[in-house]
Amino acid sequence: MNLLNTFFNIPVLVQSLPQLLWGLVVTLEIGITSILCGLVGGLFLAVARLYAPRVFTVLIRIYIDIFRSIPLLVLLIVVYYALPFVGIRLSPFLSAVTALSLVSAAYTAEIFRAGIEAIPHGQFEASAALGLSNRNTMVDVILPQAIRIVIPPLTNNCINVLKDTALASVVAMPDLLKQATQAQALAANPTPLIGAALIYVALLWPMVAVVAHLEKRFSKGKR
Amino acid sequence: MNTSAAPLISIRGLTKAYGTFTVLHGIDLDVAEGEVVCVIGPSGSGKSTLIRCINHLEAFAPESRITVDGIRVEPGPALAKVRAEVGMVFQSFNLFPHMTVLKNVMLAPMRVRGTTPAEAERKARELLARVGIAEQAEKYPGQLSGGQQQRVAIARALAMEPRVLLFDEPTSSLDPEMVGEVLDVMRKLAGTGVTMVVVTHEMGFARQVADRVIFMDGGRLVEVGTPADIFDTPKEERTRGFLRAVLNH
Repeated sequence: MNLLNTFFNIPVLVQSLPQLLWGLVVTLEIGITSILCGLVGGLFLAVARLYAPRVFTVLIRIYIDIFRSIPLLVLLIVVYYALPFVGIRLSPFLSAVTALSLVSAAYTAEIFRAGIEAIPHGQFEASAALGLSNRNTMVDVILPQAIRIVIPPLTNNCINVLKDTALASVVAMPDLLKQATQAQALAANPTPLIGAALIYVALLWPMVAVVAHLEKRFSKGKR
Repeated sequence: MNTSAAPLISIRGLTKAYGTFTVLHGIDLDVAEGEVVCVIGPSGSGKSTLIRCINHLEAFAPESRITVDGIRVEPGPALAKVRAEVGMVFQSFNLFPHMTVLKNVMLAPMRVRGTTPAEAERKARELLARVGIAEQAEKYPGQLSGGQQQRVAIARALAMEPRVLLFDEPTSSLDPEMVGEVLDVMRKLAGTGVTMVVVTHEMGFARQVADRVIFMDGGRLVEVGTPADIFDTPKEERTRGFLRAVLNH
């Protein structure tokens, strides 16, 4: 049998490689934009949940719960195929970034909340007793300590967002997966798919290893 | 005691309850400028809660009234002003672990008073020298002993130049050999005319340094008097019982 020729066909791979790399660029664009939006949104939600009036904290909790329970693929299809019926027409790129950011913000908010809650209450009390404002308490005292704690789970979340960018291929986004399926169709050979899979692994394996290392380090004392 | 001037701290009918459990039963207390008041009593008597109400770390019944330097202590914009004038030293130090000792002391004056970094640093180094740890300025709190950490906490509170210093059992979590160095710093402070309210189990310190000693039990001020009154001729049976228990062990 010619397994090698089917799955690891070098000429096909070489031919499709430029296309795959373009796909990788799109994947990274979607991923990094969504990660940044999710970080900003999640941090905002987490801090607002601490200080906002009760109505808002309830709304924030509902937001977080909904966007953590909805399947990303469903959300993406709703954004891309359903919103146009109410006049909101987003490009494939914006649809993907919107769906990924909304979900990532919900997870990031939970991660930051856990990080902030892990800071001993005495830190809040000492800040209050010194007369520091809520803003200064957060920026100078609480967040610098919380961020250290949340780096491993945040990195984990980044990995998930990068992996989930593959879903963007269903809204005709020419990301890595979409380029691979197209190249496969063109070449009538699955090698480009294998190539794409290897690129995903090469991209994310180092991040996975970093998280594992950080988690080990953080669990070994260091507060 | 100077009773003619308005008291620096005035507490009227201070009541505090957790659900149906009342911790403080309508406490009245005045503290004069420059006075050192020590609050003693068994655990759970409400003495920590009492001083934590003075800077509103604990909320209390709205009909209770506390004023510091004439400013009413209540939630709202005036609270930050009260807190800037009221320093606090905690049992568990509560230093900021991610900042050097120097930065711990510099932070609040820069953020709350708008002091320049250069001036804040000059002042911080002076205060660290005053509490005897000038050479530790660049270290992190985690690298210091408990006694050193508590002295940093005192310097941090002093950096705001507060009118009042509250001490919430400042030596209770220290190893015995470190209690002395913290009490020495507090003794020196008392000598400089700072107004101090100290919740403590150190009876020797209370007797020696306090202008007035308050014995609390069950959320009430059971007995208030000079150290001699309280320690030598206590009138209340509960005070006598408590002192017997803590002094003869």
